[in-house]
Amino acid sequence: MPNKIRKAAARMPATTTRTKRAPSSRPARRVLVLVATRKGAWLYRGDAARRSWRVDGPHFLGHIVSHLVLDPRDGRTLLAAAKTGHLGPTVFRSTDLGRTWKEAARPPAFAKVVDGPDAETQGRVVDHTFWLTPAQASEPDVWYAGTSPQGLFRSGDGGITWEPFSSINDDPQYRTWMGTVQDGTPDGPKLHSIIVDPRDPTHFYFAMSGGGVHESVDGGQTFAPIVKGLEVVEGFDAANVTFHDPHCVRLCASNPDRLYQQNHCGIYRLDRPSSEWVRIGKTMPKRVGDIGFPMVVHPRDANTVWVFPMDGATVWPRTSPDGVPSVYMTRNGGKRWQRLDSGMPQQQAWWTVKRQAMTADARDPVGLYFGTTSGELWMSRDEGSRWVCIARHLPEIYAVEAAEVA
Amino acid sequence: MNVLIPTPLRSYTERRQVEASGATLGAVLDDLDSQYPGIRFRMINEQGRMRTHIRFFVNGEQIFDLSQLLHPTDEVLIVQALSGG
Repeated sequence: MPNKIRKAAARMPATTTRTKRAPSSRPARRVLVLVATRKGAWLYRGDAARRSWRVDGPHFLGHIVSHLVLDPRDGRTLLAAAKTGHLGPTVFRSTDLGRTWKEAARPPAFAKVVDGPDAETQGRVVDHTFWLTPAQASEPDVWYAGTSPQGLFRSGDGGITWEPFSSINDDPQYRTWMGTVQDGTPDGPKLHSIIVDPRDPTHFYFAMSGGGVHESVDGGQTFAPIVKGLEVVEGFDAANVTFHDPHCVRLCASNPDRLYQQNHCGIYRLDRPSSEWVRIGKTMPKRVGDIGFPMVVHPRDANTVWVFPMDGATVWPRTSPDGVPSVYMTRNGGKRWQRLDSGMPQQQAWWTVKRQAMTADARDPVGLYFGTTSGELWMSRDEGSRWVCIARHLPEIYAVEAAEVA
Repeated sequence: MNVLIPTPLRSYTERRQVEASGATLGAVLDDLDSQYPGIRFRMINEQGRMRTHIRFFVNGEQIFDLSQLLHPTDEVLIVQALSGG
């Protein structure tokens, strides 16, 4: 999209909930909430207290935006993974916090298969870029992308051009683990949860729905699965990586040796150097269960995480259990869970939250944000004790990210 | 030759009709991409195949082969398939 786009801003009504804790001692930076939806993207700019939100959007109205991410290394570059129902996928890039956008010169795309008898069936096509991860500060222009069908890509120029990364896209073993479209999620199998170890840019994790969790310790030259301890759907063989369906994996910034995972079959924790996941969701209330999509970790406390349980019974309705949504939090690494639903509907609310649609800011107390399948944006200024809805009537929300900007 | 652009792609051209040249449909699309970077990949995937919902007509006749030979006087119509409800 070569033409530049400017978006008018409009003011949203201020929310009224008050936090009980002392205000943050951090510099007066503002939280920017990035909302990617089935019909475009929106930016919500908070005031210093995170009480009122100024909406900026829509950007790319009509585009399916799977992920919208701010580069924390410069605080102004945005990447948006987008497509439409009819046109091919692309990545849009802004270097001025969304005032103007330019399209990537070479979006993520699989390698072209040379002509031959199998070319028609062997050559894969990116349907959409699903996940974007900026690298660490030591690699200022490096980004990683995960696609549907599963593919791993890297940009070394800030998201302008993308190349297949590592060997997994064409590796026969990985292609087997990726399975077919039938093995993936309803809107396509996805590579997601690309994590770069903050201590070591050659240490990566990523996950595939389906296809398990994988790790590289050699800069992405090789990857190996880490699925021990994870359960699979009854009747399938847990030894087969294909059958593993991690929904969201997060690494704790305060302890990079600890990861949490919301899986198709429960909530898990992994403490390295162990390679065996421990199911910590068994301590969730039986009536609610431990199925869901998002996983959010506290920026400074590796024992605190939040999840958003979903009805994964019978035919997998993918709604809030009993139509009563709630976040659940643990403060002790999963030994006990606390229901956090103050301010949320208490009946007949049949929405849920997708894997990229829940996140935290880095303020103290931590702000939490989630977007719903029914197009509502909710937040809590006090780590989940009280929730307020800050936007309604948006399209189905696919991803929510929170960043701090000057 | 004249190329008619569907509305979903006019963010690239900002015009309904543009000029492009080439001996084949594929070459015309390459020329379009050089004028309007990024437009080809929205229509043709990385394996060189037409995307599912994009159709090409030359002088009113639908064609399916990017190597189809064209003449300078031909008119190319790009349309987005009617695939919704």
